[in-house]
Amino acid sequence: MSVIYILWLRQIKRFSRSGIRIVMGFVQPLVYMLALGYGLNSVFQLSGRGSYIQFIVPGIIVQTIMFSSMFWGANIIWDKQFGFLKETLVAPVSRMKIMLGSALGGATISLIQGIILFIVAFVLGFRPYNWNYVPIAIVFMGMLSMAIISFSAGIGAVVNDMQAFVAVNNFLLIPLFFLSSALFPLDGVPTAMKIIASVNPISYAVDAIRMTLIHQSHFGLWNDFFVLLGTLIVLLAFGSYRFKQIQA
Amino acid sequence: MNPIISVNNVTKKFGDFTAVDGVSFTVQPGEIFAFLGPNGAGKSTTIKMLTTLLKPTSGELRLAGHDVTKEQDATRKMFGIVFQDASLDDELTAFENMQLHAVLYGINRKQVSGRIEELLKLVDLWERRKAIVKTFSGGMKRRLEIARGLMHHPKIMFLDEPTLGLDAQTRNLLWNYIKELNQKEQMTIFFTTHYLGEAEAVAQRIAFIDHGKIVASGTTEELKQQTGTNNLEEAYLKLTGTQVRDETLDSAEGNRERFRSIMKNKQR
Repeated sequence: MSVIYILWLRQIKRFSRSGIRIVMGFVQPLVYMLALGYGLNSVFQLSGRGSYIQFIVPGIIVQTIMFSSMFWGANIIWDKQFGFLKETLVAPVSRMKIMLGSALGGATISLIQGIILFIVAFVLGFRPYNWNYVPIAIVFMGMLSMAIISFSAGIGAVVNDMQAFVAVNNFLLIPLFFLSSALFPLDGVPTAMKIIASVNPISYAVDAIRMTLIHQSHFGLWNDFFVLLGTLIVLLAFGSYRFKQIQA
Repeated sequence: MNPIISVNNVTKKFGDFTAVDGVSFTVQPGEIFAFLGPNGAGKSTTIKMLTTLLKPTSGELRLAGHDVTKEQDATRKMFGIVFQDASLDDELTAFENMQLHAVLYGINRKQVSGRIEELLKLVDLWERRKAIVKTFSGGMKRRLEIARGLMHHPKIMFLDEPTLGLDAQTRNLLWNYIKELNQKEQMTIFFTTHYLGEAEAVAQRIAFIDHGKIVASGTTEELKQQTGTNNLEEAYLKLTGTQVRDETLDSAEGNRERFRSIMKNKQR
C-alpha cells in the first residue's frame, strides 16, 4: 500500500464514520438552492432568462465544493491539536506525499458532496442539457476542489487555532463566492462588479460548470479551463510550500 | 566510535523565552541514554529538535551522521519516536492506526500483520483492535502509542516519558521489551522519564537538564559520586533543587490543553 493511498483512505474513513459531516455538507447549500432558487425563480423568469433553478445549481455546486474543501485546512489544525500531525511529520516520507494523499482524500469527499447535491437538484427538477458533458463538469469540480484544498492547507499550516481559521475562512470565501458569477449572470451587472467577478477565479469555475451542465457561458470554456488550471498550480505551490514549513 | 547522536551547542528560543540554552551532549551507538529534568527544563524541546519537528535557533544536531536540520529526510529514516502527548488518530481503530504507521514507515508487507498482533498482544489491546481509539481510556491510548512506536525497528528510538500513567506491571513489561530490542538489534534508546528508579535501572548513561542547560551527565555511579549521594533521586534533587516548576506550554500544546478542557466540560 502506498503512502498516498493510505492517507487518502484515512480521510475517507473519517468522513464515512461521521454521519453529521455527510449531512451538514449539503444542508446549507440545499437551503440556498431552495430559498434562492424558488424565491427568485419568478423574477428571473419575468426578465426572460429562463429558469433560475437551472441557472443557480452550478453556482450552488461550486459553493458546496468550496466550503467542504476549505474544511480540509481545518483538518490540519485538528491534526495539530490532537497531535496526529506529528506522527506524519516525523515519518520518513516526503511532505509532498503526505499533503497529496490527504488532499486527494479531501477532494474525493468534496466531489461526493458536490455529486450528492447534483442528485438532490435532479430530484427537484434540475436537468443537465447533455449527460455526456456531466463527467467534464466533474473534472472541473475536482480542479476547483484541489485548488481550494491547497489554499486551505497553506492557511491551516500557519494558523493554530480553529476560531482564527474560521474567521480567515469566512473573510475570504464568502466574498469570493458572492462576488462571483455563482448567483447572477454577469452581463447585467454594473461594470465595477463585472470587473471584480472577472478577476475572481471562482467565477471561472462556476462558468465552466454552468457551460457543461446547462450550456451557458460568459467567458468560454477554454478560458475557464486555463484560468482554473493556473489558479490550481499557484495554490498548489503555495500550499505545499507552507505545509513544508510546519513545525510542531 | 562515532557518536550516533551528537548535539553541539544547541539553543532554541521561543520569542524571549530560551527553552534550550547552549546544550551539548553525545550518545554512543547501542547505548540506553536517559535525559532527565524537571517539567519545562527543555527535554521535549530537545527531542523535537532531534526529530525534525522543530528547528534550532542555533547550534548543530547530528543523528547517525546526518545533519538533522539540513538532511531532514535522511534523518527521519534513522529514528522512531513515542511522543509524550497524544499522536493517534482518534477516529480510526487501533488496528488502523497501526496499519497506517506500517505504511508510513514502509514496513515489509509480510511482516506487518504479525508484528501488529505481537505488539497489540504485548500491550494487551489485541481484543480491542477493532475499536475506535476515541473510545479508549488514557492508559489504553498510551499503550497503543507505545505499541505503534515500536512497530518498526530503527537505529535510534526516542521515548518521551513513555511510561507516564501506566501501571507498574505494564511498565515492567515494556522496559523488558525495550531492553531486548536494545540488545538484539543494537537499537540506541534515548528516553525521558520522571520515574528516577526506572532511569537508574535501565539507563547506561544519564544527563540532567535544568532551565535549558545540561547540569550533569554520566553513569548513575558517576552522578552519585559527583554529588555525594546514595541514589539517583537524591542526586537529581541535589542538582535541580526541590522547587516545583511550571510547565511552559508551547502554542500547539497549549491549544490541545485548552481543547481538552473544553471537551471535558462539555461531557459533564
